Amino acid sequence: MSNHSDGIGGLKYDKSKKAWPNELNIFFALIIIVLVFEALGQLLPYMKGQSMLFDFNTKRDGTILNIARIKIIILQVSIIGIIALGVTQVIISGGIDLSSGPLVGAAAMIVMSFAQTELVNGNPNPKAVFGAWAFDLPVLVPILVGLLFGAFIGLINGSLIAFTGIPPFIATLGMFLICRGIAQWWTRGQPVSFPTDQFAWLGSGMMPVFWFLLLALLFHVVLKYTVYGKHTYAIGSNEAAARMSGINVKRHKVMVYMIASMLAAFAAIILSSKNLTAQTGMGQFYELFAIAMAVIGGVSLTGGRGSIIGTVLGAMVFGVIQSGFTYIKLDAFYQLMAMGGIIIGAVVLDQWRQRSASARS
Amino acid sequence: MSDDIILETRGLTKHYGGVHALEDANFVLRKGEHVAIMGDNGAGKSTFVRQITGVEQRTRGEVIFDGQPVNFAGPLDAREAGIEAVFQTLALADHLDVPDNLFLGREKTKWNWLGPFRFLDYKAMRQDTLDALQKTGVKIPNIRNTIQYMSGGQRQCVAIARTASFHSKLTIMDEPTAALGVQETAQVENIVRQLKADGEPLILISHNMRQVFDLVDRVVVFRRGRICANLDIKNEDVTGEDVVAYITGAKTQEGYEDAA
Repeated sequence: MSNHSDGIGGLKYDKSKKAWPNELNIFFALIIIVLVFEALGQLLPYMKGQSMLFDFNTKRDGTILNIARIKIIILQVSIIGIIALGVTQVIISGGIDLSSGPLVGAAAMIVMSFAQTELVNGNPNPKAVFGAWAFDLPVLVPILVGLLFGAFIGLINGSLIAFTGIPPFIATLGMFLICRGIAQWWTRGQPVSFPTDQFAWLGSGMMPVFWFLLLALLFHVVLKYTVYGKHTYAIGSNEAAARMSGINVKRHKVMVYMIASMLAAFAAIILSSKNLTAQTGMGQFYELFAIAMAVIGGVSLTGGRGSIIGTVLGAMVFGVIQSGFTYIKLDAFYQLMAMGGIIIGAVVLDQWRQRSASARS
Repeated sequence: MSDDIILETRGLTKHYGGVHALEDANFVLRKGEHVAIMGDNGAGKSTFVRQITGVEQRTRGEVIFDGQPVNFAGPLDAREAGIEAVFQTLALADHLDVPDNLFLGREKTKWNWLGPFRFLDYKAMRQDTLDALQKTGVKIPNIRNTIQYMSGGQRQCVAIARTASFHSKLTIMDEPTAALGVQETAQVENIVRQLKADGEPLILISHNMRQVFDLVDRVVVFRRGRICANLDIKNEDVTGEDVVAYITGAKTQEGYEDAA
């Protein structure tokens, strides 16, 4: 009651009362993690005083920063990061999407078979899926096919969740298996390769980073400044209230899952372009890594809370940790174990923060 | 029928399976009139409100609003027709701030050609929020804080400010002060008086006898899904004990013998 005197009719604007943004915490966590790896580089005897992000001696890139490593860190999280942008929206709306990883596999297979080139070094394409009509199609064709496939899977996911009322976990778990099946059925397990030059350009070099940041910017604006975004938060925060306020909750959920699946399909386009091939096993664990990025970035699994900036920072934390483990020469199996621990730790920390915030007021 | 009737129900009935939650409710509300609906838990008060506001679909009967028979498919239809309701379960989204909640479902937007991705006009919504809060006398330190850490009273005031700020033709409040302290209750009651002064009609569901006698013109008592009394408390000699007698079933008003 005491704070009632602070402002009459809410007219007083007290900027200092604005809540500390969670994104800043994640940013500081990112810096601390980098510092930990820097310290390990100095302390671990076998590292011989190497630095993770700095390059004082060789200056390979002409700067003190080790640009090459920073590029790799961002590049390796970009594709899963694109998926995480969609997963973020799904989780904010109070749902979960487990189907994104297998969807990447299935979409990559389908997309690549519309992106093949006819002649490979003067010989006919040995991996041809369709007849001659499907060779050397304009790059727009595989992109559209991929996005349509993603939209279709998302439509099924969203419709199941919105109209049958089954939990998102079950609906997308089913779709997880269906998509893995589609990926294997499409070519009976054969990889699809040799894309056109145009298609190969989409994911070449640092292009995945470009797409990731572009889409992150786009969906940051969409979530923060549009009706779609506001309703996504409202549904995740209090679905009954959203319905009573006249929001078409069912239609909105379908839209959220469609956008998430289209983003996963777009990630598949970029991934297959980057690898110049599509294989049935592509995208393994991607759904979990994408969820982990969102969760590390402060997206609440109970819905209503989180942001694209948080998820991008979460992706960076994810990338730095992964890269850092490799840098201190930790074996892959330890990496997985440590990653699991870090994800659990991030959620526990976040819950503490939430609880202490509610205790304060 | 005269023109000054804003809402009328004829034979309004709602069955949930075999449960007759509401039976044959005939109810009339005049323009500018404040009516309280009282009754025990499960008497059909909230069911009655849910049929009027389109949250549920009635089993049979007619609802005539502003001279027109209406069939609301959902709460949005009712709201567009001019019926604003504050529900028992506060229809607020915890993670959003005050303007977001005030405008939830009817955001002010720009660039509407973008369809679902049209942009929110935050500036206009904040200004309108400040105006609405000033009009209702609600005190909130910073409207840009999320409402999850606000007190029950502040949250209730946000919910009511939302209802009161849209110049609706009819306002419905379902136990607006059930969980509030003394000061907060007074604040809510002030908003109700303001509505009365503005000539906006109100249906108030309340268990608080003092509040009802302070605020409204007329009391309609529900019992076991039926209306059992219609008491003009402003002009007739009705006491709280009479109302209790109607609520508990000790008395039934003439003309409502079906409910006995």
